[in-house]
Amino acid sequence: MMETGYLIVLGFLLLAIVIAIIRAIKGPTAPDRVVGLDTINTIVIVSMVIFGAATRNVIYIDVAIIYALLSYISTLFIAKYLEGGEF
Amino acid sequence: MLSEIVDIIVYIFLAIGVFFNLLAGLGLLRFPDVYTRLHAGTKCTTFGSIFICGSVILLGLRMWIQGDPDGSTFVIHTAIALVAILVTNPTGAHALARAAHRSGVKPVGAVIDDLDKKPAKKAAIKKKEAKK
Repeated sequence: MMETGYLIVLGFLLLAIVIAIIRAIKGPTAPDRVVGLDTINTIVIVSMVIFGAATRNVIYIDVAIIYALLSYISTLFIAKYLEGGEF
Repeated sequence: MLSEIVDIIVYIFLAIGVFFNLLAGLGLLRFPDVYTRLHAGTKCTTFGSIFICGSVILLGLRMWIQGDPDGSTFVIHTAIALVAILVTNPTGAHALARAAHRSGVKPVGAVIDDLDKKPAKKAAIKKKEAKK
């Protein structure tokens, strides 16, 4: 029973990811696309946590932690690149 | 009895979190500007992920109390993931907003841009305020 609830929640999160992908494709400027990618990253982290709780596997939550840190670093690098500064 | 109440609270937390994540997608699609989209896409996902991770932590606590040794692992690892989201998400949004402003994207419909460093504009604004 609890698993089906988590799977329905995963479906809604997938819908939010699809909307963010639409913004990342459509975005008129480069920062718009990066904002879409950042939102996709956060929702993917949350859905990994939910998937780990639905299948009772802790390994997905560990993957979510690593994904959070790596996506943060990638966002910072893209922001620095857009800014045109030196690293 | 207790586990049913915890189940209901878990479902309420999940509903709140999913609602705010969907609001983030909607705001990302509908807002007119980079900064407003950043506002929607970051704040709503942070708030929603707090509630979703809270629901998973509650589920882990229930499993732990019922004698499942995996529950404590769930609680600790989800708390670490939540801390990672809470630290990294606003920082990345701040860096993105600064990069967007420095790369020349103007806010739509803004009357005064205080970060704009052209002195002529500031003098004009000061003149207008003095006239008023």
